Amino acid sequence: MANPELKADPTAARMAAIAAPEAAAWSGAARDAAKARVRDMGLPQRRDEYWKYTRPDTLVQPDAPHAALFHNDEGPLFAELDRLKIVFVDGVFDADASDDLEMAGVRIDRLAERADIHWAAELYGTLEADGHYVPRPLAALNTAYASDGVLIHVTGKAEKPINFIYLHQDETSDVILHHLIKLDAGAEMTLLETGPAAARFNKCMEVDVADGASFHHVRAQGRDHERRAVTHSFARLGAESAFKSFTLTVNGRLTRNESVITLTGDDAIAHVAGACVGDGEFHHDDTVFVTHDAVGCESRQVFKKVLRNGAVGVFQGKILVKEGAQKTDGYQISQSLLLDDDSQFLAKPELEIYADDVACSHGSTSGAIDEEALFYLRSRGVPESEATDLLTLAFLAEAVEEIEDETLRDAIVERLQGWLERHRS
Amino acid sequence: MLNIKDLHVELEEEGKQILKGVDLEVDAGKVHAIMGPNGSGKSTLSYVLSGRDGYAVTGGSATLAGEDLLELEPEERAAAGLFLAFQYPVEIPGVGNMTFLRTAVNAQRKARGEDEVSAADFLKLIRERAKALKIDADMLKRPVNVGFSGGEKKRNEILQMAMLEPKMCILDETDSGLDVDAMKLVADGVNALRGEGRGFLVITHYQRLLDHIKPDVVHIMADGRIVKTGGPELALEVENNGYADILAEVA
Repeated sequence: MANPELKADPTAARMAAIAAPEAAAWSGAARDAAKARVRDMGLPQRRDEYWKYTRPDTLVQPDAPHAALFHNDEGPLFAELDRLKIVFVDGVFDADASDDLEMAGVRIDRLAERADIHWAAELYGTLEADGHYVPRPLAALNTAYASDGVLIHVTGKAEKPINFIYLHQDETSDVILHHLIKLDAGAEMTLLETGPAAARFNKCMEVDVADGASFHHVRAQGRDHERRAVTHSFARLGAESAFKSFTLTVNGRLTRNESVITLTGDDAIAHVAGACVGDGEFHHDDTVFVTHDAVGCESRQVFKKVLRNGAVGVFQGKILVKEGAQKTDGYQISQSLLLDDDSQFLAKPELEIYADDVACSHGSTSGAIDEEALFYLRSRGVPESEATDLLTLAFLAEAVEEIEDETLRDAIVERLQGWLERHRS
Repeated sequence: MLNIKDLHVELEEEGKQILKGVDLEVDAGKVHAIMGPNGSGKSTLSYVLSGRDGYAVTGGSATLAGEDLLELEPEERAAAGLFLAFQYPVEIPGVGNMTFLRTAVNAQRKARGEDEVSAADFLKLIRERAKALKIDADMLKRPVNVGFSGGEKKRNEILQMAMLEPKMCILDETDSGLDVDAMKLVADGVNALRGEGRGFLVITHYQRLLDHIKPDVVHIMADGRIVKTGGPELALEVENNGYADILAEVA
């Protein structure tokens, strides 16, 4: 590196390496504030407590590490489904491959379009800025430098799901996207996200769910073996609203998914779930922070990981119940199925409670395949590999069942089955 | 059908000998019962035949219709026509009973080079056979054996047997934990499968199951060997006098 000062300061080096996007004027102030936050916090380093189990180096270094493209004969996910497609190729919007951005019940714009959008100006960077109970500098970096993203204002019941499709064609692409989703009172929408996106992908999503609205989210992170990703979902929930999110992760050298959800209205519901399967060089980190700041809210965190050949899984999950958030019902479970002795699961479940009338439970386990069950299945004629797959899917079921829509759930299960069949020992 | 010759088995880890030369021959279409005191090796025999880990065969042989069972993986033994009704059926959360059975039936058919059963045909067949065992639609949908009562678990074993249509069925203390009504239901299920050249080996402590499943031959097992073989009257003798007399007689 030419400039010795940049070498000494990884944060400055990273910021200097990003080409400043041609940003809309309305986002300028928010981006400047975010840059200041990044400088204040500094990008994550190995010694940071919040990055104890996941090395941030490759997410922070100025250029994206090379990631070979990966192909197999699986077709695109949700291909049979009636949905509105919005396609990005290495972070660049592909108008030809995308559907018209028009649909009853929603208004869709793009961050890169630079039109003056009042609600977006109010939301952009706001939930991210509020979400730093612990520093999340990579989210602030995203707010500061996002090159594009989708802005969705949901005013009624969205006619069909919206599918962000992230294609990856450039082995060194370094992509920053920032989405905003605002649901008016009583509005409903389902968001699907699929694809590997980039060699290195930094994605941030801010979701504002008004009273009585509901947001469903199903994501399948791409199967490219060498890609890296850090994603943040920030959500604010009004009274009697619902936020339900499920993520499937197969493959990927490094994935860190953070969910930061604040229940601000009474009787709101937040469910965050994830299933991941990793074989070999795979590091997957789910970091979840749910804040109960209203009465009678329910939150669930359900995370299951299947790890083999030295794959590593991390779960850091917190439930914070603020003073006055009575009748809180909080549930958190994180479990791993270790298919060999080389794989590891690191979990840090946390509860912090300042109200006295709450029910919060949490549990975390690591285990191997149940030998008794395996023998039982084999004694009925099911071959060992197939029996192992059945038991593995059964282990993942609690997380996958968090997907309420049966069609989406079946599509996810089919992906998992395919992966397991390809990764039999 | 089932031929066991001078079978010697020890526990793999402890090296403790459990079976000390078992000889047994079950012909097609016959029902044999094995009775014997605790620790005589009855259940070990069933586990070794079905291929459970943890046992080392140190001598002898076991064949099913001429095929060497001891060389086969558990799933291959099942495909060859062996079925073990477990004393303690295993609960498998997350795997639906119906899915499990269909997977098993089709895996066996595939192993034998037969066509898979269509979903519709399978459904029709399982409903019919479940009904006879008083297994309702809910039990078929629930995860395998999870939350089933003792009786439901044993009925579920018999349903599996009925669906898999094995050549040779081993029932390991299927009567344990059953009340009289449940035992009758299970016995009726087994009796419905008799004939068709199917062999049965019924392992039990008590004679009462044999009132319902009438055996052709009764064996007494003690200390890892079959020590006495006779007709159904042998079971009655055990019921009336216990094992002590018989064991003293053969000692």
